[in-house]
Amino acid sequence: MPYGPHAADDRARMLETIGIDSVDRLFDDIPEALRAGPLALDEPEPELLLAGRLQGLAGRNRVDLASFLGAGAYRHWTPAVVDQMLLRGEWYTAYTPYQPEVSQGTLQSIYEYQSLLAELTRLDVVSASHYDGGAATAEAALMTCRATRRERILVSRGVHPHYRQTLETYAEGAGLIADEIPLVAEGPLAGTTDLAALAAMLADPERPVAGVVAAQPNILGLLEAMPEIGSQAHAAGALFVAVIEPVSLAVLAPPGEYGADIACGEGQPLGIPLGYGGPYLGIVACSDALVRQIPGRLVGMTQDLDGKRAFVMTMRAREQDIRREKAASNICTNQALLALAASIYVSTIGPHGLRDVAATGASRASELEAALAGAGAPRLHAGAYLNELVVRVPDARAVHARLLARGVLAGIPTADLLPDEPALADGLLVCATEVTTTDEIERFAGALRAELAGGAA
Amino acid sequence: MVPGDLRYTKDHEWIRVDGDEAVVGITQFAADQLGDIVFVELPDAGRALTQHATFGVVESVKAVSDLFSPLAGEVTAANDALAGSPELVNSDPFGEGWMLRIRIADAAQVEALLDAAAYEQLVSEA
Amino acid sequence: MSVVGERLQPTIFELSRPGRGGGKIPHPPKDALDRIPAGALRANPAALPELSEPEVTRHYVNLSQLNYNVDTGFYPLGSCTMKYNPKLNEWAARLPGFAGLHPMAPDAVAQGTLQLLWELEGMLAEISGMEAVTLQPAAGAHGELTGLLMIRAYHRSRGDLARNEVLVPDSSHGTNPATATMAGFKTITIPSAPDGGVDIAAFTAALGPRTAGIMITNPSTVGLFEARIGELLAATHAAGALAYMDGANLNAILGRFRPGAAGFDVMHFNTHKTFSTPHGGGGPGSGPVGVGSRLAPFLPAPRVVREADGTFRLERTGERPSSIGRVRSFFGSTGVLVRAYAYILAHGASGLREVSDDAVLAANYMKTRLAGTYQVPFERACKHEFVASAADIKHRTGVRTLDIAKRLIDKGYHPPTIYFPLIVEEGMLIEPTETESLETMDAFIEALIEIAHEAETDPDLVKSAPHDAPVKRLDEATAARQPNLRWRAMAGAQMPCPD
Repeated sequence: MPYGPHAADDRARMLETIGIDSVDRLFDDIPEALRAGPLALDEPEPELLLAGRLQGLAGRNRVDLASFLGAGAYRHWTPAVVDQMLLRGEWYTAYTPYQPEVSQGTLQSIYEYQSLLAELTRLDVVSASHYDGGAATAEAALMTCRATRRERILVSRGVHPHYRQTLETYAEGAGLIADEIPLVAEGPLAGTTDLAALAAMLADPERPVAGVVAAQPNILGLLEAMPEIGSQAHAAGALFVAVIEPVSLAVLAPPGEYGADIACGEGQPLGIPLGYGGPYLGIVACSDALVRQIPGRLVGMTQDLDGKRAFVMTMRAREQDIRREKAASNICTNQALLALAASIYVSTIGPHGLRDVAATGASRASELEAALAGAGAPRLHAGAYLNELVVRVPDARAVHARLLARGVLAGIPTADLLPDEPALADGLLVCATEVTTTDEIERFAGALRAELAGGAA
Repeated sequence: MVPGDLRYTKDHEWIRVDGDEAVVGITQFAADQLGDIVFVELPDAGRALTQHATFGVVESVKAVSDLFSPLAGEVTAANDALAGSPELVNSDPFGEGWMLRIRIADAAQVEALLDAAAYEQLVSEA
Repeated sequence: MSVVGERLQPTIFELSRPGRGGGKIPHPPKDALDRIPAGALRANPAALPELSEPEVTRHYVNLSQLNYNVDTGFYPLGSCTMKYNPKLNEWAARLPGFAGLHPMAPDAVAQGTLQLLWELEGMLAEISGMEAVTLQPAAGAHGELTGLLMIRAYHRSRGDLARNEVLVPDSSHGTNPATATMAGFKTITIPSAPDGGVDIAAFTAALGPRTAGIMITNPSTVGLFEARIGELLAATHAAGALAYMDGANLNAILGRFRPGAAGFDVMHFNTHKTFSTPHGGGGPGSGPVGVGSRLAPFLPAPRVVREADGTFRLERTGERPSSIGRVRSFFGSTGVLVRAYAYILAHGASGLREVSDDAVLAANYMKTRLAGTYQVPFERACKHEFVASAADIKHRTGVRTLDIAKRLIDKGYHPPTIYFPLIVEEGMLIEPTETESLETMDAFIEALIEIAHEAETDPDLVKSAPHDAPVKRLDEATAARQPNLRWRAMAGAQMPCPD
């Protein structure tokens, strides 16, 4: 056993103390008919060989491509200090801070994370984290139903399809109804949430709405009229949930300032590796009025018996271990280490740095747009965008595959991402960030030009 | 000793009859069991309650307990002071820590509640 | 003598000074945001703190020193399985090929990860005796939700719409009934038997045409194996219901009992318990779910598929309509799963069985040695954890389990799990795991015995513990009554960036 501490006679000593001759005696209560035979797994692999196997597997992934893929997970430069801190065993081998006297590190770091996200979102209360953007969006939607005692949620098709699917799975379990708000199909507002359709959906007196969910930027990279969506929701007595991207909040108007009651989204862009989808960081934030409805842990500031400032998990009676079947959510394990990563990232990058990340991404995206248009793939939409956009490419899937063979990961075909949107049958959703280089953009544009001109046959 | 002029339930609520209304709260025993109370969720005025219906929730640092209506009736008032000072339930459960006023729908239900002696008996057996 | 550091730290907001930090990212052109309508832009910059890298480093290093952690000392936390977190696993998860892979990368460029995930599913299926596994759920509770949603989908697929109840023992982890509610079920709580196990008669009486399923932890939350589990599973199936196993205590039975083979229809794994993935101060965990053939069609999508030519791909949208859909954004907490994969391969079949053997041996050793000083309500052999009670001590001295726990901090230990499960008065649930040496266990036992004596001779010392931690007991009542959940914005937050 690779990590077993027992010296030769330790087991014998323990058996003797207990008064049995074999450890098998301790398993006698397993009915014979239910006892397992030897597991059909390989024999233990020594570290040297296991390391080789792991390197081999990692080596079969291609992460050297010029990647323009966003769609909910983003390439950013994480300053080296972040991972150096995360490698400290005091952080990653610590348990949940149920004993606050010996967990002030974790507790203070979560309080700081809550504060940072509160400032970014301009909402009052931030939970100590959820699993990822999709699960956070589902929990946010459920919050609106609890708070309004209504059962219907409206979700814009501009919200990431995976988040919508997760929300539907959760809504099904809770007996709630999730209806989708269509996107405008044509014209200058094409690709954004159809406000007229939203108004009609909100107007049905038989089916009152608990919450309206829209994303900023949306899945097509477009900026939405969030204040208008919020006003419509509130006029109908519904809450407004904004799905946000945290780096963009350094430059875009924050949800707390345009009337969102709840904000949710994915914290991966804040110093967390792409890692094939996880572990990630689900963000949920809300106004003070909703604090009793927010699921998950909260860390608060208090004092100890000597009057020293300290931090503690608070409002615990809402949680599953106390409320049990009446808890708002079953969440127990959260994403504490990822919240720490996000805090270290934001602390290191700083407010100007975070603005620079967002603004540089926008600048690169402008370059990308121009380069791809020049190569024969203009933007599909007219609306404003930050750093993600859809370009029109005929036979996009085939072009995407051929570009991949040329070492370019040309985003994702919108026909694959959003198969239910006919207007997007011929497009690629592409993204640029501060790590995208001019060189990469030229490679993409050059390869695309070749494909569109004669490479396709 | 619990106040002799009140009636009690086995769920550790008390009522004081005041005209056609009953004032409702929880006993010191219940408050002590819960520990430091941090939040009380109460219904709005106008809500109709059946006897034994859950009318709210009381939370302490480490526990939570449903509150059951001792009587049927309509809520005429809830104690707003508890929103800012839930600790009143610990310090003065029979006085300033009151929770609800209900317009009594059926006076016979009052008679069927425990008197002080019966409630004391119940607590001593707990 | 506390094992953790002492110096409390200011917050990052208090360390902030304008002009500190920066230099990580080149500046963008000044017109970068000109094409964005002013109304969509942030009018007031976020008042985030400005720290230089040396300050960031000192802050997070010093804060970390205030944490108890497995790399520092023993955590005998019952139900948590605080075993050693292998360092190879940290190295593996950080390999650029794994860490740098985008979740929506085309299958062709993700073959290494897809193979790892497919193999891990197979290993977990073998360990549990289940047919198929999903790696999507991000935590045990998330796995429970996934499992119950599949049970719900199963009954609905058979037109059996009346099944809206889930039976749960009163000793269960709080997530079980909370999950049942999220999945649209009513929880029926069944009191435990006096021996701490499931009351088979009570369960059987409650089973009926409205039962969708039962949720059982085995070994139970007091560390005892349910010897009559076969009977309970048979009764459950006879009633048309399905059986869910909460796999939190799997560390006790690796290579000894395979839940799927025994008749459970579905179970979750906690990789951060049984398979050594680190707790991270509260997460991330990961909660894969294994199912038998009845529930396999309902597994979350997309699953990883192995083609005849040995390559791997994800299921396409709509390929398996019976799926309950997604429970999260992407495939799973892959970084955590890489660690679990490495752990399982490092141990192999014989190593995993040794893990359980040693975990169970250690728990019984500690139980035997403590039985003279603390009450041990359940005398028969425990599995990987056992519950001790300080009820007698409380009645004699007024010192409660909470006080004993806090005094353990002064002795240099993290307290065990206290007041869980609720069925034992003044309970302490102790789980040493297989990675603690005999010296460590003996020293901890000595400390607990010492505290029991202190309770008799100097109860106030114990009641006012801890004395040697960075902070003393906290005012949790005020924290809950007047929540302070964020640092207020710094002065000067309205100033524009100086560039």
